[in-house]
Amino acid sequence: MSDAPARPRPAGGPAMPAITYNFAYLDEQTKKMIRRAILKAIAIPGHQVPFAGREMPMPYGWGTGGVQVTAAILGADDVLKVIDQGSDDTTNAVAIRSFFAATAGVATTTRTSEASIIQTRHRIPEAPLASGQVIVYQVPIPEPLRFLEPRETETRRMHGLADYGLMHVKLYEDIAHHGHIATTYAYPVRVAGRYLMDPSPIPKFDNPKMDDSPALQLFGAGREKRIYAIPPHTRVVSLDFEDHPFAVQRFAAPCALCAAEGVYLDEVILDDAGSRMFVCSDTDHCATRQADGHTGTMRAPYGSSAPSSPPPPPHAGENETALAETVPTPSGERP
Amino acid sequence: MAAPSPAAGRPALAAGFADPVHDAQRCFRAVMAAMAEPARAVALPEPHICPPAPLGPVMAAVALALLDFETPFWLDPPLAAAPAVADFLRFHTGAPQVADPGAAMFALIADGAALPELPVFAQGAPDDPQDGATLIVAVAALHAGPLTLAGPGIPGVRGFGAAGLPADLARRLAENAAGFPLGVDLILCGPAHLAGLPRTTRPVAEG
Repeated sequence: MSDAPARPRPAGGPAMPAITYNFAYLDEQTKKMIRRAILKAIAIPGHQVPFAGREMPMPYGWGTGGVQVTAAILGADDVLKVIDQGSDDTTNAVAIRSFFAATAGVATTTRTSEASIIQTRHRIPEAPLASGQVIVYQVPIPEPLRFLEPRETETRRMHGLADYGLMHVKLYEDIAHHGHIATTYAYPVRVAGRYLMDPSPIPKFDNPKMDDSPALQLFGAGREKRIYAIPPHTRVVSLDFEDHPFAVQRFAAPCALCAAEGVYLDEVILDDAGSRMFVCSDTDHCATRQADGHTGTMRAPYGSSAPSSPPPPPHAGENETALAETVPTPSGERP
Repeated sequence: MAAPSPAAGRPALAAGFADPVHDAQRCFRAVMAAMAEPARAVALPEPHICPPAPLGPVMAAVALALLDFETPFWLDPPLAAAPAVADFLRFHTGAPQVADPGAAMFALIADGAALPELPVFAQGAPDDPQDGATLIVAVAALHAGPLTLAGPGIPGVRGFGAAGLPADLARRLAENAAGFPLGVDLILCGPAHLAGLPRTTRPVAEG
């Protein structure tokens, strides 16, 4: 039966022992426990539900919380997209995508619109999310009050009493020191008028996308063992003051590759003489726009035989498919 | 799996999920969609299980997908009167049955019209509101009226009604929502559909 985690056979021969995992790596009891936590997190938007986080085959800080949430919700019909800082092709994103391609055999994609589950580290895709999609955030420190009050017993009580004055004092001190609210990522939000929530270290540029999103948003913190959630169509308000209203970052120039405006840009250093370019942080958004014929100032027209910059990242996960096929399949009987 | 023996004159145990991994996952995703979009009827793909009466197949699928040894469950009088139901749940999930509804994490209620007042179930604590109970309630049918509900997960308002629930459902939901973040969460199980009524969902004045 596929629900019993298979053990590796003793290495008796020259061949590597066949290793198989339960669907999506986690055992079924662990999935049940995580699923119950997810349901309570949805029922109490923004509240951090403790869960018995498991040790995963990757270190804390690499998205163990998000991976456990994804493993608990993932089904054979799902199409998975994984991004790291907006990029589909950085180490963390490639590793997690191939992890689920290998352990669950699910289809993967880099297209935001084609994914049913999007696991993300520190960005929300530029393309609007749709009803029925689930976005899973990797969270390093789920407690927004942690750097103001180190005791977990106290912060839980503060959430219980909705005692959030301390966070407003922190934002006020930002203004007193810098003349403006200097928090630019992990900008605290109030969910459904009740719980103060850390949106994970997304740039505050992405905060407005959380409000009234048609997609279900799940947050997993592996080291801190907390799960929280925002249901679709839920009010998410970034904290501010009447005379210092919340505002997102703006960029002076459009993306140098696809000319997109109103998107979040990464700075890329080009040489040691101070040259730089600003390009979309969301690689799928940038590649889609370039394929549609949008051309920035530092890129040759799409389809040109002599591009002045590297070609856009591939859309089909060909590399992951190859990786998945290297995973041995069970061939013999088990001990 | 050892063959169940019909000892003590009881019939053989009914089978659980044919495909425990994927059937449980599909059922959970239906429940998750129902909780994320309250008061919307979510289709549950054929659970393919034949639980002992009066436990319905949708209710049984939800219970098998969520219960395990960590989750004490309570049965309402019609379910408790059929020993095969507790046997079925205990065998397939390992969950302990409790007689006190306040001690249960899950309550299974086959007779929705006799739904106990919600405060008899665990409400959670201010520091740990997630300890509020989950009620799995059988209903005859789900409708888009006459109640008008609002809350997180509902764009604007959504009409809702269920055949086989108490006439004063609106009062009960309003009281449950008034205690937020404490309260209980309901999973309503129709013949082939689910609907979630988490503690955030509250009735609003119509029109």
